[in-house]
Amino acid sequence: MTHAGKLKVTAIGERDIAITRDFAAPRRLVFDAYTKPELVRRWLGGLEGWSMPVCEIDLRVGGAYRYVWRHLKDGAEMGMGGVYREIAAPERLVATEKFDEAWYPGEALLTLELVERAGRTFLTQTMRYESREAREAVLKSPMEEGLVVSFDRLEALLTSTPGGAA
Amino acid sequence: MVMRASAPARLDATFAALADPTRRAILARLAQGEASVSELAEPFAMTQPAISKHLKVLERAGLISQGRDAQRRPRRLEARPLAEATAWLERYRHFWEGRFRQLDDLLDELQAHRPPRKSTKG
Repeated sequence: MTHAGKLKVTAIGERDIAITRDFAAPRRLVFDAYTKPELVRRWLGGLEGWSMPVCEIDLRVGGAYRYVWRHLKDGAEMGMGGVYREIAAPERLVATEKFDEAWYPGEALLTLELVERAGRTFLTQTMRYESREAREAVLKSPMEEGLVVSFDRLEALLTSTPGGAA
Repeated sequence: MVMRASAPARLDATFAALADPTRRAILARLAQGEASVSELAEPFAMTQPAISKHLKVLERAGLISQGRDAQRRPRRLEARPLAEATAWLERYRHFWEGRFRQLDDLLDELQAHRPPRKSTKG
């Protein structure tokens, strides 16, 4: 029922990937969804077949966040985390990002920018990778393809659930 | 982390080549059929050396090649690297679209639970 804006992905320069999309909600809520653990769990966690045993956020400059997903069948874990560099709620968030499994070399820098117009939020999420090789690794990652399938299943699940807990 | 050297280098060269509007326009022109350097220079109001510079970048990225005619040396589009780059971006896009659809649902729910600004509480 949501009339979502179109998602655009662009490779910029040698190391950046930029994502733009708009949401039918004020940016305060979008910012919350990125920074409150109980909300982050709702869209990044809870994949079918996966649990999210760790979702910790220490929202201050220099504070850390950490997410861990665990595969229910084989117990495999995938963890990631980073440190907040800039926090300007509800319009801007900068944080480092690093996966436990080094599926791309080095650390990435995530910049989230939220602009609100007429109750809609226009999101720009830029990932800056440490090198051009790191960006290639991200774009070619088979892990992401696996996750795509899971997220699609979750979507079906969520849309069939009557509006429940917040 | 072990990575094949050739393919990533080519993909990066593709993105770099596509970053320039003149080069994108050249590719669009070549998508209609091969053309010589002077034919390519014409619509762009650019000198041949300037066009040649862009063609070199496109050639290095594997996006164009030279045809057989030794006299005209026409350039033609090589579709594969372009399709490859587009495919990678598309997969990445698909991944985020999945995540953001979750976020849409969450935002809908959050708004349903709070009175929206425009309406008053019944």
